[in-house]
Amino acid sequence: MSKDRIDVRKTYKLFIGGAFPRSESGYSYVVNDHKGAFVANAALASRKDARDAVVAARKAFPSWSGRTAYNRAQVLYRVAEVMEDRRPQFVQAVQQSEGLSGSKAEGVVDAAVDRLVWYAGWADKLAQVVGNANPVAGPFFNLSTPEPTGVVAVLAPQRSSLLGLVSVLAPVVVSGNTAVLVSSYERPLPAVNLAEVLATSDVPGGVINILTGSAATVAPWLASHMDVNAIDLTGAAGDTALAAELEVAAADNLKRVRRAPAAEPDWTLDPGLEPMTAFLEIKTVWHPMGV
Amino acid sequence: MPTISTQGVGWDLSDATRSDAALRRFLHGLPGVDQVGAEARAAALGTRSIKTTAKAQALDLAIRMVDLTTLEGQDTPGKVRALASKAMRPDPTDPTCPATAAVCVYPDLVGVAKETLTDGGRRDSGVNIAAVATAFPSGRAALDIKLADTADAVEAGADEIDMVIDRGAFLSGRYLQVFEEIVAVREACTQGERSAHLKVIFETGELQTYDNVRRASWLAMMAGAHFIKTSTGKVQPAATLPVTMIMLEAVRDWREATGQMVGVKPAGGIRTTKDAIKYLVMVNEVAGPDWLDPDWFRFGASTLLNDLLMQRTKMRTGRYSGPDYVTLD
Repeated sequence: MSKDRIDVRKTYKLFIGGAFPRSESGYSYVVNDHKGAFVANAALASRKDARDAVVAARKAFPSWSGRTAYNRAQVLYRVAEVMEDRRPQFVQAVQQSEGLSGSKAEGVVDAAVDRLVWYAGWADKLAQVVGNANPVAGPFFNLSTPEPTGVVAVLAPQRSSLLGLVSVLAPVVVSGNTAVLVSSYERPLPAVNLAEVLATSDVPGGVINILTGSAATVAPWLASHMDVNAIDLTGAAGDTALAAELEVAAADNLKRVRRAPAAEPDWTLDPGLEPMTAFLEIKTVWHPMGV
Repeated sequence: MPTISTQGVGWDLSDATRSDAALRRFLHGLPGVDQVGAEARAAALGTRSIKTTAKAQALDLAIRMVDLTTLEGQDTPGKVRALASKAMRPDPTDPTCPATAAVCVYPDLVGVAKETLTDGGRRDSGVNIAAVATAFPSGRAALDIKLADTADAVEAGADEIDMVIDRGAFLSGRYLQVFEEIVAVREACTQGERSAHLKVIFETGELQTYDNVRRASWLAMMAGAHFIKTSTGKVQPAATLPVTMIMLEAVRDWREATGQMVGVKPAGGIRTTKDAIKYLVMVNEVAGPDWLDPDWFRFGASTLLNDLLMQRTKMRTGRYSGPDYVTLD
């Protein structure tokens, strides 16, 4: 019976505004495992999907950035919990995508969940570390506090499909930004699985939008989009021509740009604060001291 | 498409309005609307794909058709001045961007709008001033109050009057009362040397059936309306594609019967460029290309204009624009 069973061939969709739409273009592409065997079809995002994702992210921004940091921490921690529940699925996806052995793939999933928990913990500690009570020459309190930048486009790393993905996504949203993420082209399945986790956890629709497809096609539209406030070019690592083109396009509305590294970093290292501070603005408030 | 044929019947439209009974006989004698068919046709017309140069034309036409509207209790002279300035130059960064057709305000703010639009009487911007009158939006007031409301707006400088019909009278079948009210308001639209166009609002969201929309359309056209308009924007559902299609059919049939053209104005709920283009396709297909003109078709809208401008900027610059680059209103 099981021998004769016909395969359920999956065609995954995008994740925009908390829903799973097909690509507006109608296209999908074949995703193979590291040996070249068919795994599934993934939606091929077009520029219009990027446009819709930006609209969803912009809509979600006021309420997400207006939540208390403590609440954002809880939401991210809940994502880690649901990921933990789906361990076998993530282990399989990482194995298929990256060709790791079972135990190594488990290690990657562990590290990804731990990274998410680590970032969740930062939500209500960032202001203390990055902000400051500045001494000024007058009877004023002078307080600098970090504020989220806005809608951030994120190009996820092409090689590290889960740990790298979490390591670029979590620092963007933990501080109150909303994200439009373009997954790895050849290894999109962990991102698709993460989308399913996000849909079943407490992340409000539109806070994280996941597009599967080619960064080279979609990213120029995000980089030139006047309603995107920042862009993380990690996914263009090693492709200096694309990275340069995106930086030029991003200059039009003075986007914050987190530049592409020469090669993908070692994701197991301590990320430090830079991935979070890259997408923060500093607001300084003067307040009379009173009596 | 069903067309109401007047050939051989020899309708005498003046005869139809002789008495309440005759008017009811006439309006109830209009062919019924096939609800499923109307909705299917409206949906089918909404699937047309309008791209590149055709889209650029549609965007400019839609901007020229906008009645830029603010009808809120919190309207201030400052807000109306800002709105009027925006109507004259919707995109200050692009001189090729056309002006809108009109601004639509409450009667007490007509003077403020006129001051801005004519630069204190020094020149004519070409943007009309529409005023809602006759106890907008409910229409529940005595006739002499409605007429005074209208006369005030016209004297203050309104070029167009948007009146509401008495839906209570219409729904209880007192058609002649509605008819005579429209006739009286139309007369009040002429004050001395000034004469304003009359738009008649049905509030289709309260008329319950498509048959009633068709009847109201004929009733208003017989009473001399220059424009028929779907909604006040205060009741949901406001303008929808099927309702607008039925009104477009009515004006098409009216021209066939009498030779006169009447305009159509959907208002309320049209927020995106995509929606606006669906309406333009429908105007072309149902009423005909003669209606693709700001004199004969308008959009009552406020947020629509920003979306049109963002799409226009996208076509011009090749990159997506955002709400940071248009005014908040």
